[in-house]
Amino acid sequence: MSRIGVFVCQCGNNIASTVNTKKVADEMAKIPGVVYTGDYKFMCSSPGQEMLKEVVKEHKLDGVIVSACSPHMHEKTFRKACESAGLNPFRCEITNIREQCSWVHHDKTKEVGTIKSIDLTRMTIERLKRNRPLEKINIPIKKKALVIGGGIAGIQAALDIAEGGREVVLVEKEPSIGGNMARLSETFPTMDCSQCILTPKMVEAELHENITIHTWSEIERVDGYIGNFTVQIRKKAKYVNEDLCTGCGECIEKCPFKADSEFEMALNKRKVIYTPFPQSVPNIPVIDASNCPKIQKDKCGACAIVCGPKAIDFKQEDRIITEEIGAIVVATGYELMPNTRFGEYGYGRIKDVISGLQFERLASSSGPTGGEIRRPSDGEIPESVVFIQCVGSRDEKKGVAYCSKICCMYSAKHTMLYRHKVHDGQAYVFYMDIRSGGKRYDEFVRRAIEHDGAMYLRGRVSRVYERGGKTIVQGADTLSGTQVEIEADMVVLATAIVARSGADQLAQRLGIGYDKYSFYNEYHPKLRPVETVTAGIFLAGTCVGPMDIPESVSMGSAAAAKVLSLFSADEMAREPITAFVNEPICNACWDCLNACPYSAIESKGVKDRKGNIVRWIANVNDGVCQGCGVCVAACRSKCIDLKGYTDEQVYAAINAF
Amino acid sequence: MMMKIPYYPGCTLNTVAKGFDVSARESALVLGFELKELDQWNCCGASFPLTPDNVMGLAAPAKVLANASSEGDVVATLCSVCYNVLKRTNKVMRDDRDRRREVISGFIEEEYEGGLDVVHFLEVLRDKVGFDRVRGAVKRPLKGIKAGAYYGCMLLRPFDDVGIDNAEAPVIFEDLLRALGCEPVEFPNKIECCGAHLAMGGEDIVTRLSSNVMASAAGSGAEIIVTSCPLCQYNLVKSRERMMEEGGDLRIPVLYFTQILGLALGQDEDILELGSGLHDIRPLLEERGI
Ligand SMILES: Cc1cc2nc3c(=O)[nH]c(=O)nc-3n(C[C@H](O)[C@H](O)[C@H](O)COP(=O)(O)OP(=O)(O)OC[C@H]3O[C@@H](n4cnc5c(N)ncnc54)[C@H](O)[C@@H]3O)c2cc1C
Ligand code: SF4
Ligand code: SF4
Repeated sequence: MSRIGVFVCQCGNNIASTVNTKKVADEMAKIPGVVYTGDYKFMCSSPGQEMLKEVVKEHKLDGVIVSACSPHMHEKTFRKACESAGLNPFRCEITNIREQCSWVHHDKTKEVGTIKSIDLTRMTIERLKRNRPLEKINIPIKKKALVIGGGIAGIQAALDIAEGGREVVLVEKEPSIGGNMARLSETFPTMDCSQCILTPKMVEAELHENITIHTWSEIERVDGYIGNFTVQIRKKAKYVNEDLCTGCGECIEKCPFKADSEFEMALNKRKVIYTPFPQSVPNIPVIDASNCPKIQKDKCGACAIVCGPKAIDFKQEDRIITEEIGAIVVATGYELMPNTRFGEYGYGRIKDVISGLQFERLASSSGPTGGEIRRPSDGEIPESVVFIQCVGSRDEKKGVAYCSKICCMYSAKHTMLYRHKVHDGQAYVFYMDIRSGGKRYDEFVRRAIEHDGAMYLRGRVSRVYERGGKTIVQGADTLSGTQVEIEADMVVLATAIVARSGADQLAQRLGIGYDKYSFYNEYHPKLRPVETVTAGIFLAGTCVGPMDIPESVSMGSAAAAKVLSLFSADEMAREPITAFVNEPICNACWDCLNACPYSAIESKGVKDRKGNIVRWIANVNDGVCQGCGVCVAACRSKCIDLKGYTDEQVYAAINAF
Repeated sequence: MMMKIPYYPGCTLNTVAKGFDVSARESALVLGFELKELDQWNCCGASFPLTPDNVMGLAAPAKVLANASSEGDVVATLCSVCYNVLKRTNKVMRDDRDRRREVISGFIEEEYEGGLDVVHFLEVLRDKVGFDRVRGAVKRPLKGIKAGAYYGCMLLRPFDDVGIDNAEAPVIFEDLLRALGCEPVEFPNKIECCGAHLAMGGEDIVTRLSSNVMASAAGSGAEIIVTSCPLCQYNLVKSRERMMEEGGDLRIPVLYFTQILGLALGQDEDILELGSGLHDIRPLLEERGI
């Protein structure tokens, strides 16, 4: 027979005003197996906990029920108290009679609340009777971190983890780290030069003894769980031997062929063997195989001839390397929604209609025009530029429902950059609202308007078209209630910030959640913003949603702090609420394996005495299982169950109702 | 037997835009099908009610559709406005159970659940006949005539409800014109509004918008403008008159696409109502030896 104690909390008046707690306690005393009942003003207070411990010892309890607030509030508290009184903490269960009872039943007689509390508590008692003591799971931790994405968020995370004394593998799919920030000219709100603040960090990451950078690489496969991931990284063929290359650039100089530069957003050409930009880290070129005649049809080979250290290797192939990893930071960043989505703005066909990032390149002193604002069609300096905000943002019909958050700021920045370079140029901005929340942000926009003479027009643009070498912008000014037509020399679209194409596939590979826009889901958007639901995988930067550099950097540092605190112990304990398989009756239908959102189920061979595998069954990896119970619902032969919530327990609770 | 497509002409085509109607019917016959006028029809109301509680505004077009449903499972229109109103009303009758019930019980007293397919004659030519067959039937290629296809709004918007083609970059008109031997001209205002119903009470706006359309077409090299909407046609013509009175000069014939089609298919010019003065395309054809 069980020896269960039931503690009914009054929670001051929170529970007691609508529940007769004494009556609940008295009723529970009648149930077989219950040897102690009592009610108390505040169970979670120190005296309350002390009382609980005393009773556990005095009555030699083997199970405890606290009927109080939601288990989210104090389950941990009471389990800890039980544990210190010598009880297995998983023999302590909570009945929620506050959020789900007293707070929602307000009858003066207290009758409804009391009856419901009695029912709920009785159910918990029956469940508890069938609780097996569970042991916390201890798992070892490999103290090496993987950072995916070498934008500013990923670089920051890598540096902070490395500074904390842990090893980091940084994987970047482009030939250089730096991300989108490397494209920016000056940055709001302080107008410091982006390259000048970014490149020192890139170099620091490259030189840091704890950081290994793999560029031109992607994540091939991720297995395992928190503290114990096995990650396969595909190092794409660069056709340049990284160990031999000295970064002299001779090959780039001599390569006779060109293609559109991805880094310059097609505003300029690059060679077929190239580094994206002069300050690239690492300073090792890659060959763009699809455009290289040597690789395609064995013609040319100029680069190999001039390369002193003989680093060019046309036979190089992709390589897969494997890393044992304890924690992962995902920092894969954003893209811009392509201009080609917008017919009313010329479908990307009008040369002088460009994106915000293209404007950054035009304004950048290392850009295709050396920092002079010259329009793409004919290289003339535009006398007037129209900036259109919210292109695709806040537009569920044609684009995305959300606000891209940073474009109000960078459009203001663009008008200033333009004015500073073209003194008598006129900038126009079409906007819906100006969203410039942030330290010194609104002042910045005011400066663009009041000091740098940007003309802000509140309204949408209906059409952009070409007429006689001009780009005509037709729109509404809703403040004056008139329609306006501007003969512009160039138009800049603040197109929506969207997730990287392929972000969803990476999420699936990692087993983390993403929203309908393929931005990654935080564990909790407010309270656990850098964690994912998959333990050991953290988030940083714009892969979560649109944000600016300060926010991306903060998230990078926060994710690093999480990784470092995880790495501070050799082992970690985790809740043993996991699924388990009743092995003899598993018929290997794999419904559970397909259903598990965390890939926690694997197949396991059952061996005979001689050690030959005779059949396969499902096996739950305790390290990965999150205890969601989806497999339990999926299993047709009812042979998979959840510890602490077995079918037997749940049915017993229902029957007790 | 010749394929028959139930056809809703609408009031304008029955009165002031007879040429539009006749040229379409005759062309259809040449192309091997008949536009069979519905036995019974009424005005479509000429504007789709934009407030969801304006159920009365749906009564007239719903009545048209309910009648048409007894004559087949498709109904073709020519006028862009009728097309727009009927197609959108049909969608309401099909998808919006509450409004359907109100329309039926409150007004038309006839069961109709939006089963019809409302199509525009341009779609019939593209999807049922095929522009290649049209090209094959051309007897008098309008070689080298630079034509600006003016879509206006009603054929294209709202895209989800109406769209016979991409609302931002439609090509259906141009494809037809090319089949007839014309040289379609891109012009920026080809999908801008002509001013539409502001013809009553907002002449200034109509004049501005419509002359922009014509100037934009002419400026891009168009020698004629082709429309599919009597309201656009009216607004363009009237605006030109007003402009000319004030000393403007904009000489460019504005025709219905079926008139051009009829010409190319070699029909008798007299039945096509080709218009006079500035609207007469014949001097241009003569000049080109067509
Ligand atoms: C026009 C414009 C102007 C801006 N101006 C400013 C400004 O003035 N001030 C400011 O604070 N912010 C500005 N921003 C915002 C700023 O660009 C971002 O906040 C910042 O760059 C985000 O950094 P990130 O590391 O999150 O993402 P990113 O810079 O996008 O970096 C992500 C990195 O991950 C890599 N990657 C992606 N997928 C994978 C993968 N599967 N595997 C491996 N690697 C991968 C990418 O190649 C990239 O290097 C501007 C943005 C725009 C569009
Ligand atoms: S072999 Fe390819 S990369 Fe090398 S120089 Fe020729 S084109 Fe350029
Ligand atoms: S930040 Fe400004 S421009 Fe960008 S989507 Fe939001 S409101 Fe529009």
